[in-house]
Amino acid sequence: MTGLHTPAEEIHEQFSDQLDVTVDEIEERLDTLVNEYKVPLSEARRSVVNTYLDEAGMDREQLSGGGGNEEVDNADIDAPEEWVDVTAKVVDLWDATADAVAQVGLLGDETGTIKFTKWSKSDLPELEEGKVYSLRNVVTDEYQGRFSVKLNRTTTIEELDEEIEVGDDAVEVEGALVDIQSGSGLIKRCPEEDCTRVLQNGRCNEHGEVEGEFDLRIKGVLDDGEEVTEVIFNEEATEELTDITLGQAKEMAMDALDTTVVADEMRQTVLGRYYRVEGPTLGRYVLANELERLDEPVDAEAMLIKARSI
Amino acid sequence: MAATPTREVARRVFAREFNDSSYTFKESDDERAPVYVLLPTGERANRVFLVGTLTETEDVGEDSEYWQGRVVDPNGDTFFMYAGQYQPDAASMLRELEPPAYVSVVGKPRTYETDDGEVNVSVRPESISEVDEATRDRWVVETAERTLDRIQTFADAEESTEMDEYVQMANEEYDLPVENYRRSVVGALESLEEQQRTAPEGSAE
Repeated sequence: MTGLHTPAEEIHEQFSDQLDVTVDEIEERLDTLVNEYKVPLSEARRSVVNTYLDEAGMDREQLSGGGGNEEVDNADIDAPEEWVDVTAKVVDLWDATADAVAQVGLLGDETGTIKFTKWSKSDLPELEEGKVYSLRNVVTDEYQGRFSVKLNRTTTIEELDEEIEVGDDAVEVEGALVDIQSGSGLIKRCPEEDCTRVLQNGRCNEHGEVEGEFDLRIKGVLDDGEEVTEVIFNEEATEELTDITLGQAKEMAMDALDTTVVADEMRQTVLGRYYRVEGPTLGRYVLANELERLDEPVDAEAMLIKARSI
Repeated sequence: MAATPTREVARRVFAREFNDSSYTFKESDDERAPVYVLLPTGERANRVFLVGTLTETEDVGEDSEYWQGRVVDPNGDTFFMYAGQYQPDAASMLRELEPPAYVSVVGKPRTYETDDGEVNVSVRPESISEVDEATRDRWVVETAERTLDRIQTFADAEESTEMDEYVQMANEEYDLPVENYRRSVVGALESLEEQQRTAPEGSAE
């Protein structure tokens, strides 16, 4: 009658060993929620599954069949709060900064890498660097345009005996540098261990008022007339781009008693010029690991032939 | 929908086509929705990037400073730009630059209807930078390519049943042959070639 038959069948399959329910009954429950109460299907599904979990006295992790999550590639994770399954290699483990976090690091698959967090209270087995796992029922999250996955107590972890070639998600972009965004130039970062947040008026979002450490950064926009790409230049890339070192920037700011003179000077030297940058993507940004000013002579001939032939 | 509004791309257009882009529109009724000018080749533009020769600057303001800049493309067609107190960086560049100079400009198209009903199109600059000839040349070739792409889309659309939204709009709002803009492209590239052929003899290297 509706598009609810397939989800009903999937739920039925999950409980067929434990409960004596029919597909029709499940479909009816879904129908009430979706069509009468106008609840989104995903929510309706959750609610129905929870009802049956209660009835069967089961925990969510005892469910068979993955609960209908989609197996996704790292590069395809582009929305927060989705329940997904991933198969990935632990390419890096970082030191957990908070007690609530058991493990934090980077997962890689053929399409790229993504940060993961495993909570202490979830009581999950340790992940080892370099090993490949099938992780079922993880939740996606987003912070400042950057996506991650969170492992939780319903997550199942299965070590796989296979190798994954972790993809290089570097991209190359070319265009005119049309804007330098706020938060560029000489900035201050939080000095707390593993916190690199940029301070706003001497305050860190996490650690409050701190004595910041100076750094150079440019958040710029490359535009080729068809697409815009936001690019982050770190200290090294900023120095290469602008010819201004961190030391010089500090001196400029000291002389002017104002840090904004640094970004102003940088605008003068780089805005409105063409560049090519290459690097990994991080959320909506490209990190400029390689950069090149495009100032070699251009060839008008080919374009002229095209223009005359139209 | 993305959480942050997407930034408008800066279109590449020669001055002749830009100055013909007198029709403006919004995509929604929201008061703060972006305003677009319609390029006669069938594309919307809320921002432009241009590089050319700044030939003249003048403070045309009465009570406060209001700077006009004229930037000329290789065809000799002029982009007009106006910067006042709300564009302090661009205004101070126009105050300080000594024409002639190559400049690159990022800005928003603005239209203004004169008393006799003519619509003037100008640029409200977000930033102006002094650049070198190589940057100007690259812009000319890039703008030629983007313009040819639009002309091609325009021509293809006329032959297909499903017409591109902005091509259709251009057909409805303008009576301007796109052939004019193909000629602008040819003219600009020829002028560039000419310059490149003669440059080595005149240069110091």
